[in-house]
Amino acid sequence: MTAYIIRRLFYAIPIAFGVSIVCFALVYIAPGDPLQTILPEDASEETILMVKKAYGFDKPIPVQYFIWLGKVLTGDFGLSIATGRPVTDEIFKALGNTILLAAGAVLVAFTLAFTLGTVAGYRIGSALDRAVTGIAVIGVSVPNYWLGIVLVIIFAVELNVLPATGMGPRGSDSFDILVWNDFRHVIMPIITLSLIPIGIITRTTRSAVAEVLNQDFVETLRAKGLLETEILIHVIKNALPQVLAVMGLQFGYLMGGSILVETIFTWPGSGFLLNKAILTRDLPVLQGTILVLAIIFVATNLVIDLLQTAVDPRLKRS
Amino acid sequence: MSNGSSAPLVSVEDLNVKFVSRESTVNAVNDVNLTLDPGEVLCIIGESGSGKSVSMRALLRLLPERRTKITGALEVDGKDVLALKGKELSDFRGGLVSMIFQEPMTALDPVYSIGHQIAETVRRHEGCSMEKGLERALELLELVKVPSAERRLKAFPHELSGGLRQRAMIALALSCRPKLLLADEPTTALDATVQIQVLILLRKLQEEMGMGMIFVTHDLGVAAEIADRVAVMYAGRIVETGTVQEVLNSPRHPYTQGMLSSTVHGNMRGKDIEAIPGSPPDLRSLPTGCSFAPRCRIADDGCRAEVPAEVTLGPGRIARCFKLDETAAPKIREPMPA
Repeated sequence: MTAYIIRRLFYAIPIAFGVSIVCFALVYIAPGDPLQTILPEDASEETILMVKKAYGFDKPIPVQYFIWLGKVLTGDFGLSIATGRPVTDEIFKALGNTILLAAGAVLVAFTLAFTLGTVAGYRIGSALDRAVTGIAVIGVSVPNYWLGIVLVIIFAVELNVLPATGMGPRGSDSFDILVWNDFRHVIMPIITLSLIPIGIITRTTRSAVAEVLNQDFVETLRAKGLLETEILIHVIKNALPQVLAVMGLQFGYLMGGSILVETIFTWPGSGFLLNKAILTRDLPVLQGTILVLAIIFVATNLVIDLLQTAVDPRLKRS
Repeated sequence: MSNGSSAPLVSVEDLNVKFVSRESTVNAVNDVNLTLDPGEVLCIIGESGSGKSVSMRALLRLLPERRTKITGALEVDGKDVLALKGKELSDFRGGLVSMIFQEPMTALDPVYSIGHQIAETVRRHEGCSMEKGLERALELLELVKVPSAERRLKAFPHELSGGLRQRAMIALALSCRPKLLLADEPTTALDATVQIQVLILLRKLQEEMGMGMIFVTHDLGVAAEIADRVAVMYAGRIVETGTVQEVLNSPRHPYTQGMLSSTVHGNMRGKDIEAIPGSPPDLRSLPTGCSFAPRCRIADDGCRAEVPAEVTLGPGRIARCFKLDETAAPKIREPMPA
């Protein structure tokens, strides 16, 4: 198993490399000049050249890439063009805020969806199954930003019991989720973000559990006299690899932060940061954020891969 | 045998199994009667869909409850099988009665090791720790002659060959010393050479442990090898029972006779094999009379009007046919090896 883990880690390195090239290149393919936003409209050729030199934009693109990569590897993503602050700080602050929501949504959505999906998978065709399938269809087809707006209208505007936006009066630096007054701010964003994962994971769990229950070995488990609870454990372990794959993807999406949801709730997370960077053509922020998110995605996939192999030994390829 | 009394280990009376759905009702098993003494091996022979596997599953209550209607009386070791509920039923399965399945490739859980799957059964029935269960699993794997058993304990099903997997399955079934072993075509999916090894092993273990065994097969050679008594099933009914010699050497039911003459045996090179014309009836709408009548050479209007009752030809020798006088003619054929 240890050898397998090391090998999978090595496989992840070229992927991360490829991702970094794509991140870097993407911004150059996109139209528009990043310096336009910080330079005055009547700037002279000299000034433009000077600023370009200061940001390193005068060198050939491959050279720029390696300089950028070298810095990135030491944790330096450069300075934000828009704010002048270090990109690394901005990214990790935003990411920290997004993790608050993502962790909440993972907790709510994964447990709820897994339970509902398992129950429905055990009773395919029953009224309960139809109800759960209904919830799942709503989850995947209702736009989450719409739900967010509806929640704001009901709970913030009409009932006035939950705050509509932001992270509270003390801001993001001293935000403490364990304090009720701060916790109130995450309730609606977490519910909104949970919607899609609930739908997708419920459906996957339901079909995976139903598929496992149709397999011959379940009859053997009954025939050898295991109790239903013991059989359930066997069924879940067999269904888990499929469900983990989908959970991994959903976790990745949640870490990326939803631009729409974070914008609705003015939540200063990674989606919010990305949105701002796109609008202001803040190249270093854009590159850095995309790269960090992509690496998180690769790492998540790696972890899921290893978990799947730990659960199902047939997946271990030599 | 174990209690010294002459009470049968298994007694099945008027067993009927129907699969009910909105569109149709499948009469899978019809008025089946059978008994099995402790330590005896009964072979149920029949083609696919004759109800032999369904009868087995009824004995272990493995059929899906919502869609199945079981009537009749099922008794194993004095226990009323149809009355068992919840934990009693789980104790019964794998404790008193256990089962070996046809497909060793799919009958074991792919994500647990062989050792774990045996040990958890031992733990479940004997209430011991997992460690004790694993020790027991090792003994069992050695008992069923799995080579390098210690290493195989940690192996997963996909790492073993079909023959080894079936041996592991047998070890699993024997793990709690059942009084009755149900074997549902346990050798059908195996290679011919492995088949005979597994068969000999099963017979040996059955004798050593004094278990009763019901062995389902469609292979007459297998039946001749392992059975004390034979029951032939057709369209959900037992059409003939008797000792293995009686049934295979002097069959009385036209179906059994047809089945035996359509089997390749002895020196048959150059001779045509006699096949039974037609195909088994649709279990959703059985013919009113004898189910075999449409394919029978000697059937007449009487056969098509009424289902023949069981006719006792001798002790434990029964056939369901109106024409037993005509089928009694001694057939000239070499005896099956028994």
